[in-house]
This record gives sequence, structure tokens and C-alpha cells, in this order.
Amino acid sequence: MKKKVLSTLLATAMVAAMLAGCGSQAAAPAPAAEAPAEEEAPAEEAAPAEEAAPAEEEAPASDEGKVLNIYCWNEEFKSRITAHYPGYEEVDGTTGKIGDVDVKWNITPNENNAYQNNLDAALLAQADAAADEKIDLFLVEADYALKYVDTDYTVNVADFGLTDADLAEQYDYTKKIVTDSNGVQKGTSWQGCPAIMFYNREIAKEVLGSDDPADVQEAVKDWAAFKATADKLKDAGYQACSSVNDTYRVYSNNVTSKWVDGNKINIDKNIENWVNDSKALVDAGEAGTHDLWSDDWSKGFFKDGKVFAYFGPAWFINFSMSCDQEGSVGIDGGWGACVGPQSFFWGGTWICGAAGTDNPTLVGDIMKTMTCNADVMKEIVQQDDDFANNKKAMAEMAASDYTSKILGGQNPLPMYMEGAEKIDLSNLSAYDQGCNESFQNAMKDYFNGNASYEEALDNFYKSVIEKYPELTQ
Amino acid sequence: MANTPKKGKSRVVRYNKWGYIFLIPFIVVYLIFQLVPLFTTIYNSFFENYLSGLKQIGPNFVGLANYKEIVTNGDLIKYTQNTLIMWVLGFVPQIFFSLLLGAWFSDARLRIRAAGFFKTVIYLPNLIMAASFAMLFFTLFADSGPINTTMINMGLISEPYKFLEHAAGSRGLVAFMNFLMWFGNTTILLMAGMLGIDGSLFEAAQVDGATSTQVFFRITLPLLRPILLYVMITSLIGGLQMFDVPQVLTNGKGNPVRMSMTLIMYLNNHLYSKNFGMAGALSVFLFIITGILSLIVYKFSVQDNVDEVKPKRNRNKN
Repeated sequence: MKKKVLSTLLATAMVAAMLAGCGSQAAAPAPAAEAPAEEEAPAEEAAPAEEAAPAEEEAPASDEGKVLNIYCWNEEFKSRITAHYPGYEEVDGTTGKIGDVDVKWNITPNENNAYQNNLDAALLAQADAAADEKIDLFLVEADYALKYVDTDYTVNVADFGLTDADLAEQYDYTKKIVTDSNGVQKGTSWQGCPAIMFYNREIAKEVLGSDDPADVQEAVKDWAAFKATADKLKDAGYQACSSVNDTYRVYSNNVTSKWVDGNKINIDKNIENWVNDSKALVDAGEAGTHDLWSDDWSKGFFKDGKVFAYFGPAWFINFSMSCDQEGSVGIDGGWGACVGPQSFFWGGTWICGAAGTDNPTLVGDIMKTMTCNADVMKEIVQQDDDFANNKKAMAEMAASDYTSKILGGQNPLPMYMEGAEKIDLSNLSAYDQGCNESFQNAMKDYFNGNASYEEALDNFYKSVIEKYPELTQ
Repeated sequence: MANTPKKGKSRVVRYNKWGYIFLIPFIVVYLIFQLVPLFTTIYNSFFENYLSGLKQIGPNFVGLANYKEIVTNGDLIKYTQNTLIMWVLGFVPQIFFSLLLGAWFSDARLRIRAAGFFKTVIYLPNLIMAASFAMLFFTLFADSGPINTTMINMGLISEPYKFLEHAAGSRGLVAFMNFLMWFGNTTILLMAGMLGIDGSLFEAAQVDGATSTQVFFRITLPLLRPILLYVMITSLIGGLQMFDVPQVLTNGKGNPVRMSMTLIMYLNNHLYSKNFGMAGALSVFLFIITGILSLIVYKFSVQDNVDEVKPKRNRNKN
């Protein structure tokens, strides 16, 4: 009898637990998700009412959400906000506070489309998400800005309070790239990304006999000259650049056709030039094939790295070159800058407000402060060696006695300004990130002698079609 | 008389009922998390269904188009080969060392000191997450990593050997990692099997003057067959599903020239771009491949058993 009672009890307990388990999964989230929204409304109404009485200062989050969700792919924007946005307090690695609004950073690396996939999933769920879970602001790169700008998931910057006057001093290309097919601007950027060549001054002195930017520029004025200089560097025991992937953007930004034509993958003549020139460099032992951002690639940022040059825009200095570290080339101002074989641009980060955000005022204020305020722009240049997206402020600084410590007292701004005017974005496509990444990766096998050019190309097609099933070879 | 069987029967039925009730949780979990996904996977494989940018394409019924695509582009065979090569490279040393260690640990005559300590140590690599393990190897074997630096300093090589840019290097590393991670686990399984063998058999062999090699090959190995079979099949299935180690080591690219790209990494590529149709079709192929290979292994082992038992009986009769 006892046994029977016990077993009945056990069995019912088990079934009950199981059903409870299933039940809570199916039913619980709905009320749980709705609850905060309902609860918050009165709570929020009460809070501003109390605050408003003592001081009626600009409180961006009056009746708006208490959580600001930001999606991005690295720490760059976070460090800019931390350093330059008034009132931002860092709480820990992924959270911060602006006033009484919690800022949540959702950082997913770019590689292999991880950031875009993550962002896509969140945007597609945006309509059903609870107010505090909704994306408020996200960042896009030039490589895939088009993909988001031409959808309803991004909002006209004017709706966030940015006027034409606010945006007047921004470089045109930074506006064009985030303008949709109806002519509506959907994002804004604090940086301009014309890119130049950074060279190690000591190596330049030893091999070329001078570290003066004009002399170095003469030695690398086109790709034939660059190769000749690379041969000289090789004899002296140095590499021209760390990896052939360094020069990739210089070629890929000077193309005359898009990566994708209709639904067909297209390889531009200049991309082929990159393959041929790079193969020559690798075979001669004048450049490696490391992946960008890898440890092996970064060796050249340090004094025993034996790498002559890197190619990059202004953000490259602050973001990649480890110039705050002991033993780095940059810490003593060991870099010089010149235009290099061809002028190009690379990357750039745009701030987009997400449709459905519950913090429109705060999003608008962040956009305005970070991308339109001339003082903040100048601050960014001075502190972070970036190139800011404000023509007037940059012209003022270019003419001033501003110099970059990392660049050994050189003022690179005139070079950037000249480059920014030349930037041509007519050959961007929404598939650039995936194509660029897959192409560099596939060609690595060709450079290393593991595959013929045709085999490598075949792997490139495979990889791209895996990423974008709608494309054909 | 008439009453007793009735009573007995009803009691059996009552106990059966409890048996079924206790099985409910498993059945429900199995249905929801295994069987239903299995069928939806097959169902999905007949559709064109992916995200293009932020636009959902499909699901459109396309029949066997996904299957055709996978068969015709020839990738399936290549990645199956990669997977099997890396599995065999790792499994052979794994089974060798496991048998050796298992035999030593379970041999009463050797009386190995601190056996418990060593058993723990050889099992330890399995406790590390595969991803961190692969990350560790990635750093160790980088072009300018510690292994290359040490070898150059010792004068063994003059240029760094780029492990991940040679098929032998990257496949070898994957196999080596799998070996390191799993030989402890296999050792413990085989040891359990060896300890389960009747001790009197060993004693009888000793009395007959058998050497330890003879004991191992004539007694231990034949009687270990069921456990060996189990280890083989589980390792094969695990090997076909090899993913985390090569994925992290090669950053999902299967370098070089996709020579260390496994079947599941390929599947992951499709799932990553939310291409559920192709991923479904590929999963079905994987299911079939796993089934066939497991059947082959099973058939071979069972066949051997039967063959061996039969002649013995005949001999007895004669």
C-alpha cells in the first residue's frame, strides 16, 4: 500500500514537473514580456514628474525608454562615447549609463557576417520585442550600409532632429552612402575615412635614405615603384608590408565595377591586379599572407617587427597600431604618413537610428553630439588621431599647428582632406563585406602555393554563395 | 487454479502501466526535441528558404533541387573525405594508446602506483572546452607562436613552419587535438571492459605459461569486442559530427583550400546564412552517411563474432 502511494506520488510529481516545465516555456514569457512595459509606464511618468519640479534641465529621457540598446561590432564607438559624450558613465564592459538611462552594448564581431546576422535577427524581431529590448541605435560599415539603409528598419535622421544645417559641414560621401533610393538620409558618421600609407620612419631612413614624406612618396608613387622599393627593403631584411591583405583595400576601392552585377558575382580587373601584384610580393618574400588583425599581422606595429608600411585610414592609428604600448613604433612617434601608390578609403562607421526605438530623443542627441558638434569633432582628432567628418573644423585644424604625436610631428589632415574629396562610392554593393572577406581568404591559398588561381577562385565562389544563396557564379 | 493466473496477469498489467508512466518524460522529450525536428528537417529540405539581406525568400517548394545541388557540386564527397581522414588520423593513435594504457592499468601484476592520479591526468584534456583547446593550439602553432619560435631556436628549422597553411599541418593538428581530448575517455571505457573480464581466465593463461602479449591478444582483445564495438561506433558518429575543433582552429574557413572543412562546418555555413533548405538537405545526407557507416562497422564486428564461435562448436562436435 505504502509502495503504491509512494509510486503514485512520484509519478504525479514527475508529470506535474514536466508539464510545469513545458507550461512555463510556452505561457510564461508572454506575460513576463508584457509586464515590464505595463509596469514601466506609470513608473516613468512618476519619475520625470518628480524630477521636473526641482530642475527643468534637458532630460532626454523624459517619457522615453529606460534602456538604450546599441548594436555594434567593436569597441571603437564605445570608447568614443565614453570619451566624448557628456554624461556618459561606464558601468562595466557592456553597460553604461546616461542620466537614468541604462546603455547596453551588444557587440558582435564583424567576421564571417556574424554582426550582420545577429543584427538581422534582432531587427526582424524588432516589432515584437519589448520596449526595453528593442534596438535603439546600431552602427553600419560602408561595406554593407546599403543593405540597411534601403529598408524600413532605418529612420530618416531628420526625424531624430538633425537639420540640414547640422549636417552641412559633413563630407558629401558620408551622406551619400547612407541615403536610400528615395533620397532620404538614414544615418550619420563622425569620421571620414580617406586612407593613406603609414611607414616606419627608421626603416625609411635606413633603406631610402630619408624619412621625409615627400621622398617616401616618390619611392612608392605607383605600384611599379612600390615593388622596386619592396625589392630594396627585402635586401635590407625588411618586409614591404605585413600582409598582402594590407594592400587589398587600395585596389578594391579603385575598381570600375561592382562585386555583384544583377545576381552574378563579378570580379573587377583591378581586383585581378591585386592578385597578380600580391602573388609577386609573396613569392619574393616581400609580404606575408596573414589575416588582418591577427597576431602575426600585428607584429609590425612593434619595433622588432621589421615591417615597412601599413595602409589605412585615420581610425587605423588609434584602433590598430597599439601606439599606447611600450615597445611599439608609435609610442615614440615612429610612423610617417604619405599618400601611397593610390588613394583609397576604408571602412567608416555610421550611426543609424532603428525604427521603433523607444529613445528617439536620446538617439538624436547622440547623433548630434557625436557627428555634428564641431568641438567634439576637434576633440576626437586631437585625442584619438581620427579624421572627423566636419569640413570646416578639419580645414581649421589643417591650417593650425596641430601635429600628430604618433606620426612624429606630422600633420596628416591636409592629406586626409584631399583624399576625402576624391572618395567615389559608386561601385559599392550590399555584398561587399562577404565578398571582400571570402576573396582575401580564398586567394591566400593561391599565394601560399596550395591552390592554383582557378581553384582559389572556385573556392571564393563557393564561399560567397554559401553566404549569399541568391548569387550565382 | 483459475484465480491465480488471473491475479498474476492483472498484477503484471498494473506494473506495466507504471512502466509506461515512467517512460512518459523520455518519450515526450524525445518527440519534441528529436523526432519532430527530424521530420521538419526533412520537410524543410524540399524548400527554397533563406534570407537575402533583410528580405525573406521563400519558403517555396522546389522538390529535390537542394539535393541535386549538393550532389552535383561535389562538395559533399570532399568534405566527407576530410572528415573521415581527420577522424582516422585521430582514432588510430587514440585506440592504440587507450588499449595500451587500459591493459597496463587493469593488469593486476603490474600494480601501477598512483593509478588513480594518472587516470585523472589522462582524462583531464576532455574537461577543457573544445573551443578553448583549439584556441590554445591556434596560438601555440601560429606562424610566430611558441612552437615555431622554439623549433627555430633549437635549430631544427630555419623558417617558421606555417602549420595552418599546409593540409598535413592543419589536419594533423585537428587529429592530434581530438586524440588528446578523447583518449582518456576511451581508456576509461576500455579499462572498464577489461576489468569485467573474468580474472580466472588470466590466471589459467598464466598457469599455462602464456606471455603477456599472448594474454592480451588471445584473451583480453577477443573478450573486449563488445566494448570495442561500442567505442568504435560512438567515436565514428562523434567523428562525423566533428565541428568545434576545426571550426575554431581554422576560424570556420577550413584552411587551407577547404581541406580541413568538415561536414558539419559545411552545414554550419549554410545555417549561418539562414539557408534552411540547403542545410536541411545536407542534414538528410549526413543522416544517411552516418547510418550506412555505423551499419558497416556493426556488420563487420558482429560477423566476426559469429564466424569465430561457429568453428569452435564444430570442433567440439568432432
